[in-house]
Amino acid sequence: MTNVQTLIKEGLPADNHRPFPRARVTGKTWLKAIDALATEQCSLLGLWATPGSVHLALSEGTEIAVLSLDCPGGRFPSVGDRHAPAIRLERAVADLYGLDPVGGRDTRPWLDHGRWGVRHPLGAREAATGAPPAYPFLASEGESLHQIPVGPVHAGIIEPGHFRFTANGETVVRLEERLGYVHKGIEGLMAGAPLAQAAKLAGRTSGDSTVAYALAFARAVEAAAGIEAPPRAIYIRALMAELERIANHFGDIGAICNDAAFAMMHAHCGVLRERVLRFAGKAFGHRLMMDCVVPGGVGTDLAPEDAAALRTLLGQLRDDFAPLVELYDGTASLQDRTVGTGILKPELARWFAPGGFVGRATGRTFDARKALEYPPYDALQFEVPTRQDGDVNARVWIRIEEVGQSLSLVEQILDALPGGPVTRDVPPSAGEGLALIEGFRGDVLAWVRLAADGRVVHSHLRDPSWFQWPLLEAVIEGNIVADFPLCNKSFNCSYSGHDL
Amino acid sequence: MEQTARRRLGRSLAIRQVDAGSCNGCELEIHALANAFYDLERFGLHFVASPRHADVLMVTGPVTRNMREALERTWRATPDPKWVVAVGDCAANGGVFAGSYAVAGGVSEVIPVDLHLRGCPPSPTDLLRGLIALLEQAR
Repeated sequence: MTNVQTLIKEGLPADNHRPFPRARVTGKTWLKAIDALATEQCSLLGLWATPGSVHLALSEGTEIAVLSLDCPGGRFPSVGDRHAPAIRLERAVADLYGLDPVGGRDTRPWLDHGRWGVRHPLGAREAATGAPPAYPFLASEGESLHQIPVGPVHAGIIEPGHFRFTANGETVVRLEERLGYVHKGIEGLMAGAPLAQAAKLAGRTSGDSTVAYALAFARAVEAAAGIEAPPRAIYIRALMAELERIANHFGDIGAICNDAAFAMMHAHCGVLRERVLRFAGKAFGHRLMMDCVVPGGVGTDLAPEDAAALRTLLGQLRDDFAPLVELYDGTASLQDRTVGTGILKPELARWFAPGGFVGRATGRTFDARKALEYPPYDALQFEVPTRQDGDVNARVWIRIEEVGQSLSLVEQILDALPGGPVTRDVPPSAGEGLALIEGFRGDVLAWVRLAADGRVVHSHLRDPSWFQWPLLEAVIEGNIVADFPLCNKSFNCSYSGHDL
Repeated sequence: MEQTARRRLGRSLAIRQVDAGSCNGCELEIHALANAFYDLERFGLHFVASPRHADVLMVTGPVTRNMREALERTWRATPDPKWVVAVGDCAANGGVFAGSYAVAGGVSEVIPVDLHLRGCPPSPTDLLRGLIALLEQAR
C-alpha cells in the first residue's frame, strides 16, 4: 500500500469528493503525512483552509489525496516546520483564516500587509486599525554587505512585488521576496458566487494562464457534479490550452533573450506570439481565450475555416521558429549569459517539487497531462522533455522543446476532433471536486465545494508559482545582481496567481 | 497628428506603467504594443522605467489595498503636466474583483483619471487608439 493510501485509510472518507479521495483525519495522521512529506515519500500539491479546517493535498507518483484536519482551537500542527515548501502556504492560511500553524518556523504575515482594515477576512474577522506594521526582513550579516531594495513598482511592464537583495559587491548573498501586493481576495469573492461568476474569477487568477485556470476550475466543478464535458469540448479545451502554452513559451523565450540584451530573438518571438493570439482572437473571440472554457464545456466552437487556418499557421510557426532556435543555440554571447546561470540544484527540485519548466529543467518528470492522463491527453502522443542542468539555458530549452510537442498536439487534436455539442448543463448538486491541469508554467490545482443550489461554497486555486518563487531565492545566490532579470524571467512566476 | 505631438510634447509621450493589482492579462496586451505589428514607438509613444521620466501613468488593476500607497507615491513622483490612463475593466471600477475587502475598486478611487480604456483586457489596437487620441487632445 502506498503512503497516500495508508493515510487516507486512517481517516473518515468524504463520500462526495471526486475524482481523488479526501478524508478527515486526526492530528496523529496529519503528523504522519508531514513525515511522509519531510522524508520525500510524497510531494506537496497544496495546503489551504476553509473556515475552521485545513486541507493538505499530497501526491505520490500518480496518486493524489486530500487530508483534512479540523482546527477546534484555531491551530494545527505546522507542516512548514518540517517541510519548507508549506511555509508560505501556511502563512497565507494564518492571514486569511486566522488558523495558526503550531511550531511554524516563520510567523510573519504574508499576504496581509496590514492594509485591509480587517484581519482574518475569511475566518473570524477582526477590525484592524492603525498604520501598517513594518515588515521584518531576514537579517544578513557580514562585512561589506549592502542591500538593494527593488519594488513593488518595477522598472519594466511587470507585476508588483518586492525583492530585497543583499549583495557583496556584484554578488548576491541573499534574496528575500516579499509578495502579496496584488492580493485581490479571490477566495472571498468565490464563496457564495454563482458558477458563471466563479468561473470568470478563476479565469482571472493569472491572466497569462486563463485557459489553464478556467479548465482546472471547470474540471473540478464537473468532478463535483459527477459529469464529463462533451467529447468535442474536451478536444477544443486541449487545443486552447496548447495554444496558450505555445504563445507563452514564445513570449518567454524572447523575453529571456531580451534580458540578455539580445533583442532580435525578442522581436521575432513577439511576432510568433502575436500570430497565435490573433488566431485565437479570430477563432474564439478573445486573444487570450478568456472565458472560453466554461463549466460544462467551451463557450465557442471551432469553425471549419478556422481549423483550416490553424493548420496553415502551425506550419508557418514551425518553419519560422526553427531558425530562431538555431540562432539561440549558435550565438555564443547569448549562451555565455544563459549557460551556468541560476542553477537549481536537484535536491531542491525534489524537495519543493516545482512544476513546469522549473522542475523539468532540473530532472523532474512530472507533467499533469502525462501523470494523470486527463482527456484527451490519454489519446494523444507526446513526450515530456526534461533536462538535468537546471540553469537558465535548460529552462529555455524545455520551453523550446515543449513548443514542438504542443504544435504536434494541436495537429493531432485537429485530426481527431470529434463532432457533436460543445457544452452541456451542469446540474446543481452538492459535491466536491479537485483538478490538476498542466498550465504553461506548471500544474494548476483547483479545489471546489459546491452547494446543492449549484453555488460555490468554497474554492481554492493553487498557482504553480507557490513552489517556484522560493526556489528563485535559492538560484540567485552567488550570481551577480545583473543576472537577476535573466533568472527571474527564466522562472517567470506569477504574482497574481500566487497572491490570489 | 505628428505636428500635434511635436508641438505639445516634443515628439514623444513617455509612459510609465503601474500594475495596481491586475491579473497580468492587461500587461500581456500592453507588452504586445511593442511588437512588430503595433510598434508603438513609431507614434512617439514609449515606455520609461521611472515615473520621474513619465508624462503618462498607465495603470491596470482594481487597485489592491496592498498597492494603494505605492500607486499614490508613483503618481506624486510623476512631474506635471501628467495624465493618468486607466487600462482595463478592473481599473475602471474594480471589474470582477469589485466589492472585495482587498481592493479599492478602480483607479479613480485613488488618483484622478484622464482616460479610461475599457476591455478585459483591451486589445493592443484599442490601447493604441486610446493613446493616440490622448496624444491629440493633450494640452
